[in-house]
Amino acid sequence: MNRQWQIFAAFFRIGIFGFGGGPSMIPLFHAEVVKRYQWMQEQEFSDTLAIGNTLPGPIATKMAGYIGYRVGGTLGAINAVIANIVPSIIAMIFMLTLLSAYKDQSWVTGMGLGVLPVVVVMMAKLTWDFFDKSRTSLGIKGTALIASITTIALLGLGLHPAFIIVSLLIIALLRVDKNQDTQIINTQSSSNKASVEK
Amino acid sequence: MLETYWQLFLAFFIPNIIGYGGGPAIIPLIEIEVVSHYQWLNLQEFSETLALGNSLPSPIATKMAGHIGYMVAGVAGAIIAVFATVAPSLLLMILLLAILYRYKDSVKVKSMTLFVRPVIAVMMAILTYKLLQNSYVDSGALHSAGLIICAYLLLERTKLHPALVISSGLAYGGIFLG
Repeated sequence: MNRQWQIFAAFFRIGIFGFGGGPSMIPLFHAEVVKRYQWMQEQEFSDTLAIGNTLPGPIATKMAGYIGYRVGGTLGAINAVIANIVPSIIAMIFMLTLLSAYKDQSWVTGMGLGVLPVVVVMMAKLTWDFFDKSRTSLGIKGTALIASITTIALLGLGLHPAFIIVSLLIIALLRVDKNQDTQIINTQSSSNKASVEK
Repeated sequence: MLETYWQLFLAFFIPNIIGYGGGPAIIPLIEIEVVSHYQWLNLQEFSETLALGNSLPSPIATKMAGHIGYMVAGVAGAIIAVFATVAPSLLLMILLLAILYRYKDSVKVKSMTLFVRPVIAVMMAILTYKLLQNSYVDSGALHSAGLIICAYLLLERTKLHPALVISSGLAYGGIFLG
């Protein structure tokens, strides 16, 4: 029971102090899980992070749930996820319910309008971050190609984004397979060469 | 009611199962479901959810799920939406750990995130444009432009905490746009 309490305390703190969305919470996970409670070693922690990144969905809840599971079984997983996300969900519901209770007041409508441009800036920043990260990792040509196809499919054809994303995931799996094969062939032929030279 | 629960589940399950690239990647995917498809919220309400979500700690995806689920179908709705957000990828991680461990450094898996990223970027650009258009229509060009420039300077230049910038936006709107 003491262990469950530790799990709760650790992930509660991470959830309460983790401003800026899931990915920016990773250092907090590290501080609690590796440094404070030593549930995991450095290597295991970075492996967990890498594994979490192979799957879709928010990274914070995957980390919390998996580490909770490792430390305290199924109950630990549920405990960790709840401690991590529920406090701020309740705060969020409370704030927005309060706001909508005064919906008819003109100043509340004004508040919504005043915050909209701030959201525009935040979304524009995220858009830029995603394009920039894509440009550096996939290259400018690949990014432009996928971006143009997406724009046509979404705005021109009115397709659901799931069609585009699932198609790309399949292409990613098939295409890189070929490259890996050729890589293996290349290394084999070069090792053959090496043995001939010997 | 059961149908609403099922719709809530789908509306949050689909974005989270295709949203590679962490929490923020699912924002435009959720907007498609919640605003365009099921029309539970209009774009203004969605942007308010996003603003308050950004001013509170913990992941954005679960806060949006919890709040929108609650708005649509009360506490049960919140639980279903959060469950659909968290459970599928977490269960996959726990069940398929051994397999995922083998492929975690694989080029294939990494290129999945790589390929999806431009799609998310385009969707975010479209959403940004829609929000901008809304602000222009409802608050006019002058207020919109002024607030955008101020928000940009405070967030990106002075690195002021987002919660404070959002509060300032709320205060300005309450006083001058009400």
